[in-house]
Amino acid sequence: MSVNKDVFQQRNTNTDFQSHGLKDWDAHSRTPETLIPTHCSFCGVQCGMYLKVRQGQVIGVEPRNYAHNRGSLCPKGVVAYQQANHPDRLRYPLIRRGGKGSPLERATWDEALDYIVSRWQDLQGQYGKDAIAIYSGSSMTNEKCYAMGKFARAVLGTRHVDYNGRLCMSSAAVAYAKAFGIDRSPIPMTDIPNADCLVAVGVNMSECFPVMMQWVWRARDRGASLIVLDPRETPLARTADLWLPVRSGTDMVVLNTMLNLLIQDGMIDEEYIRERTVGWEQVRETVAKYTPEEAQRISGVPAERIITAARMYGRAATSLIMHARGIEHSSHGVNTCLACTNLALARGQVGKLGGGTMMVTGQGNGQGGREMGQKANQLPGYRHIDVDEDRRFIAQVWGIPVEEMPWEGAAATEMIHLMAKGDIKSCMIACSNLMVSLPDNQTVRRALQQLDPLIVVDFFMSETAELADVVLPAAVWCEDEGTTTNLEGRVVKINKAVEPLGESKADWEILVELAKRMGKERIFSYRSARDIWNDLRKATKGGAADYSGMSWEKIDEEQGMFWPCPDEGHPGTPRLFTERFGHPDGKARFIAVEYQPPAEEPGEDFPFRLTTGRVVYHYLSGNQTRRLGFLNAQAPEPWVEIHPQAAAKPGIQNHDRVRITSPRGSMELQALVVPTIRPDTLFVPYHYGHAEAINQLTNPAVDPTVKIPEYKACAARIERIDAPEKEGGTGYTVNYNPENMPAMFPYAVGETGNKKIKE
Amino acid sequence: MAIKTMFVDPSRCIGCRSCEAACRECESHKGESMVMVDFIDRELSVATQPTICMHCEDPLAPCAQVCPALAILVTDEGVVQMAEPSRCIGCQNCVYACPFGVPKFDAKARLMKKCNLCYDRTSQDLTPWCAQVCPTQALWYGTYEEFMHQRQGKPVNITNFGPQEVKTRVYWVLPDESEPLNIADLLDQVTSKEKQTGEEPWVL
Repeated sequence: MSVNKDVFQQRNTNTDFQSHGLKDWDAHSRTPETLIPTHCSFCGVQCGMYLKVRQGQVIGVEPRNYAHNRGSLCPKGVVAYQQANHPDRLRYPLIRRGGKGSPLERATWDEALDYIVSRWQDLQGQYGKDAIAIYSGSSMTNEKCYAMGKFARAVLGTRHVDYNGRLCMSSAAVAYAKAFGIDRSPIPMTDIPNADCLVAVGVNMSECFPVMMQWVWRARDRGASLIVLDPRETPLARTADLWLPVRSGTDMVVLNTMLNLLIQDGMIDEEYIRERTVGWEQVRETVAKYTPEEAQRISGVPAERIITAARMYGRAATSLIMHARGIEHSSHGVNTCLACTNLALARGQVGKLGGGTMMVTGQGNGQGGREMGQKANQLPGYRHIDVDEDRRFIAQVWGIPVEEMPWEGAAATEMIHLMAKGDIKSCMIACSNLMVSLPDNQTVRRALQQLDPLIVVDFFMSETAELADVVLPAAVWCEDEGTTTNLEGRVVKINKAVEPLGESKADWEILVELAKRMGKERIFSYRSARDIWNDLRKATKGGAADYSGMSWEKIDEEQGMFWPCPDEGHPGTPRLFTERFGHPDGKARFIAVEYQPPAEEPGEDFPFRLTTGRVVYHYLSGNQTRRLGFLNAQAPEPWVEIHPQAAAKPGIQNHDRVRITSPRGSMELQALVVPTIRPDTLFVPYHYGHAEAINQLTNPAVDPTVKIPEYKACAARIERIDAPEKEGGTGYTVNYNPENMPAMFPYAVGETGNKKIKE
Repeated sequence: MAIKTMFVDPSRCIGCRSCEAACRECESHKGESMVMVDFIDRELSVATQPTICMHCEDPLAPCAQVCPALAILVTDEGVVQMAEPSRCIGCQNCVYACPFGVPKFDAKARLMKKCNLCYDRTSQDLTPWCAQVCPTQALWYGTYEEFMHQRQGKPVNITNFGPQEVKTRVYWVLPDESEPLNIADLLDQVTSKEKQTGEEPWVL
């Protein structure tokens, strides 16, 4: 091809051109950008994509034909690249020099880090090591998650480290560990087309995981049927063969009833139950009392539909249950997930190609984030913090005496209570936006204001960072490299496309700097993400989530690898439980679960059931997506969905401003009057901050075992904005309160104080 | 040789507007989408549908036929291009002529803009942006034969507007059991129902 003279003269770098040689110049003139293979920064699907880079700037995105997304992207993925050079990016550290109430001012890294370390050393000297907490996140690489856990336990020596995955799918994680012995989705999403019947329980896949939809449709093109349990007619439910419009928080009744109907119709796989499971008899006895009529009364789903669903599910040779936050965000989230696993085990589906159950984890690294030892009760590789052998192993990898290894600390939701009470004096929050994501956020605000200093690591000024005493600018995902583990358990490689913007640093670099200042350089001196990766492989070796046989190169070659991968010749494990389950005897557990109502239910003054969720244009707390023009233009503010029948009585029209009130507070927003929701239910998306945050209203009740909050059900009322504002009101049903169920209310009671902690 | 074209299946559309976001990434109209995703009627359903240029084959490109400046060019492969900026006089004839309501008039640029099937990509055997990213393959790019092999639904490329039949390069995917679309008939049904009952018809 001819050399374009204009371009040639513009460059005016004749020597450079010569030194590169003619061939190289040709290549550059055809494709002036470099394509960096990587993955999306957002949800748990982790779609493959290329970032277009020119002159050190990310300028666009190109599709990448990766094994699980096949070139597809959702709108978030398409515009994700715009975060890199975003004008709102934090470019330098900020600090409140005049204490609380003074403005955040520009500081140097040295000033900010020295301040943090001197405060921490004072606090730990005065109040003990546990006075400092780390609140981490799951939307960052495995390397960063691992570094966070190690930093908290080995460098700070605090037992209080937890992460926002607590709010995400911790109930499913515990349910799978109980039922199957391993907490991971047993099959990759590419196996979905092998199913003949798909049951989506509380998963709004079309909005939260759009790219997964292509696998659902591939199954349906083959003739698979689709059953959806959801209080709203989501785009997934719209074309489903059967939609069960279940009252939020009552899914378990429907699931247990379906199991009972399967037993009555003789659709149980007796041989599978005998060979591969234990505990069936008790489940059989428990579900016997669940009748379709009673289920209709509690869940609001017509009895005939439950019967039809049971038959569709029971007759399918291969069936797959997919579930997500709809059932997990509940004060009995673990049990509802167990109702799903019971159903699949009774049909002999788990371990079959395309069958069984699948948890659809939400966050980008939601799976990896919980394996890397930043969870209150876990060490890397799913090791348990209260098992001596595991403690010794990790202490040895980290190079610390085992006596210094802290014991289990407070869960994320319990930390709020400890902050309010003054037990935790300072907290570093990374990759989390508590003021949007935690329930009853006025309580959270009071707790965070108690901290001195509150340190927030983020790349945009989040609602939580606004409260911070020190804000540290982090690099975005494309400015660092590492791995993430997506919702299938597939480990993928994130590559670095550009250098960090301004003075920002990758989260792990910040930790290394802090460790150096604390004199812990010996045990925490990483020079690259690869160093951490190698350390992480050692630490997970022999654990349930074993990464030790993987390498970054092999991950790229194989288009992702699945753990466990115990040695370098091992191909990884895309499908779990094909021959044995994770329990020592190799058998799955049936666990009998009884229906429990949500902690708070509607009554006279608060007649509606308020539920929250996501919209397709936003991701989690919206700190990123609310700043991306295309996405924010589609959904710039929250709204409340209400059924026309329900809206008629208070005289609410579409687009009216309305006020919704729960026992904890009220907020104003726009009404969307649509028949695609149950008439007794209100829905509000949760991605917004300040006065627009629905978490001003939600109930801080949590599941007593894993402390996942009950975002999906609380009592509320709705009125026109011009209606006289009523005071509080007591007309709602409290099924559980701090007195009769203390473990459900971490903000109020401080159940952590009663927990047996081994010193 | 089988030609590759677009298949639009509204039943699969989840309204995520990924196609719009991706269309905006094109260098030739950065920040502006040539795909339109609309709720059919949000007060009734969450159903949505994407609209792209149907690239009319017979009659060939009504938009191009009515263009007094010969600004709308049709490639050898039958892809109807957006108006050529050096020729477009901004008369908007094409906007009125299009039976599908696709061309958009950019008043500021005095230029008609529409989907040209990502000619820069498809001419190099790449999938158009919208079909490439579509998470549900409501927008799908490939040959008729591939479609029939892989997918359910009945692709149709003939739309009737009363006596006028329009054959398009792009296919709609209808449910297997449905009749060919006759938009004039549907409108007739609606108006006659309106006359009988005096009620405002709520949907076609």
